[in-house]
Amino acid sequence: MLEIKNLHKSYPIGDSSLHVLKGINLSVEEGEMVAIMGSSGSGKSTLLNIIGMLDEADSGEYILDGLPIKNLTEKKAAVYRNKFLGFIFQSFNLINYKNALENVALPLYYQGMKRKERQELAMFHLEKVGLANWAHHLPKELSGGQNQRVAIARALAANPKLLLADEPTGALDTTTSHEIMAFIQQLNDEGKTILMVTHEEDIANMCKRIVRLRDGVILEDVKVTQVRAEQYV
Amino acid sequence: MFDIDLWREIFQSINKNRTRSLLSGFTVAFAILLFTILFGIANGLQNTFAEAFSDDATNSIYINSGKTTKANKGLQAGRQIQFKNEDFSYIKDEFGNKVEFITARIYNNVQASFRNEQSSYSLRGVHPDHQFLEKTNVIEGRYINQNDLENKTKVVVIGRKIEEDLFLKTTALGKYINLSGIPYKVVGIFTDDGGDYEERIIYTPVSTAQQVYGNNDYIDQINLTYNPEMNYDQALAFSTSITKKLKDRFSVASSDQRAVRVRNMAEGTKAVSQMTFGLTVIILVIGFGTLIAGIVGVSNIMIFIVKERTKEIGIRKALGATPRSIVSIILMESILITAIAGYVGLLIGVGVIELAEPILKDYFIKDPGVSNSLVIGATLTLVGAGAIAGYFPAKRASKIKPIVALRND
Repeated sequence: MLEIKNLHKSYPIGDSSLHVLKGINLSVEEGEMVAIMGSSGSGKSTLLNIIGMLDEADSGEYILDGLPIKNLTEKKAAVYRNKFLGFIFQSFNLINYKNALENVALPLYYQGMKRKERQELAMFHLEKVGLANWAHHLPKELSGGQNQRVAIARALAANPKLLLADEPTGALDTTTSHEIMAFIQQLNDEGKTILMVTHEEDIANMCKRIVRLRDGVILEDVKVTQVRAEQYV
Repeated sequence: MFDIDLWREIFQSINKNRTRSLLSGFTVAFAILLFTILFGIANGLQNTFAEAFSDDATNSIYINSGKTTKANKGLQAGRQIQFKNEDFSYIKDEFGNKVEFITARIYNNVQASFRNEQSSYSLRGVHPDHQFLEKTNVIEGRYINQNDLENKTKVVVIGRKIEEDLFLKTTALGKYINLSGIPYKVVGIFTDDGGDYEERIIYTPVSTAQQVYGNNDYIDQINLTYNPEMNYDQALAFSTSITKKLKDRFSVASSDQRAVRVRNMAEGTKAVSQMTFGLTVIILVIGFGTLIAGIVGVSNIMIFIVKERTKEIGIRKALGATPRSIVSIILMESILITAIAGYVGLLIGVGVIELAEPILKDYFIKDPGVSNSLVIGATLTLVGAGAIAGYFPAKRASKIKPIVALRND
């Protein structure tokens, strides 16, 4: 599903440069649910961004679903992102002047799907996250948990192979966090591959595998027994 | 290719971000509004000048007579100088090669009537050349000719307004008009750019007028145009020479300012052409100034808009938007807004000028207005400026990494 070999990334800071990722090797199989952990500055977000094609590695190999991701043109990267990846962000990143339905339909618009079709599909995904009744509300009229569910519906809309979540519960209270995690677990149960960045231990334990990063290298990569989030809801 | 989904996106973006849309629209509309009004007023001012000074030939010289103010050669002050036909012939013979057109004028007021309609008008006895001096435009029939002059025929050429006043809806040509009891045949109808007053004048041969109104050979005024190839200095020298010769002829003191008066339009013409040039420069400065102000305004707003939308751009890119679709959505939106706003500004500007026209007329601003092509050109310039001003930030925004755009709060 996902194969990363000897990945390096550094950022220029004035004259010198900051070496953020120092040779990462990671392999993720289909259906896995992986938490990437580490303190801030460990390079976990950078890794996720490179996997998400939001950022580019300096050297190393990255193969996604058999496709080498290297020297992509902007246009090609856009197509790949749309086709392969679904994003869930800490701050939801919904477009504030579009209602829930329109936000969910946006990736489908970039796929070139017809209006009627994409609205039906978007509605289907909103029903799945339990927000069918809120379809015509703007993000500011929804709670944080609801907004994150809209974002999840949007990430799912284009039926991506890989779901990337950057601190998906970072902006939510504990109860809501568990609700969202229960939902993400359910998606994984259905077969979605999920990669998640978090710094919260209890959230990481709700995944099936934890990759710990420190100073740009993988410190530990272990399979864990998944803690089900439903029990807290 | 017409992409209805793209337009739907654009309209939603415009509609949901009203403040932003109104702000950029207002700038453009206001710039075009100012442009239209200022340009219109300046044009109106220029029209007024052009009209005031170009109605009659600009190389004209008017010669009038009056009473002497100084005793000279044993003659007392207060003597009335009166031009006669022989004086007219004298000027014609003396300066023949420098004169382009020449005519005498005799002024009279007459009570004119046709059937039941009557009114009083001024009657001018003239030579055939008068037509060119006054820039009289004969629209029907003919002007006074040499034959009329020699035979002292009772014919008249009347202004269009007189035809409207007296002949109502019928044509005056060939009919007989009664001037203070004497019937004259109407041989021509004319129009004149000088306005309604000039179109309420009756022209008749000078010889006829002399016979009917006084039975003498008196002349009230002599008008002539000099050879247009003469330059300004030559023209002034020419009129000075006429003055001198006429003063000698009537034994008038050379310092007498009233007895023989020669007015050379060249003096005024030079001032007017300088004034018109000055006005043109002012108009251009105003026009470009307004446009530049508009361009700067639109550019600022476009940069602001792109900045404001950076995060949205990041989200769209993460969801699979190509750089091209990002640029096109921003540009199309700005072009649409500026075009519509420019049109609105144009409509308001034209409306304001139209409404204010009667008032402006009192302030010497005639027919204010701007040619459509000019305003459309100005609007297109602003639209283009908005597009260019928006293109570069939009292009840059479309190129930044989505992760950077997403971090932008």
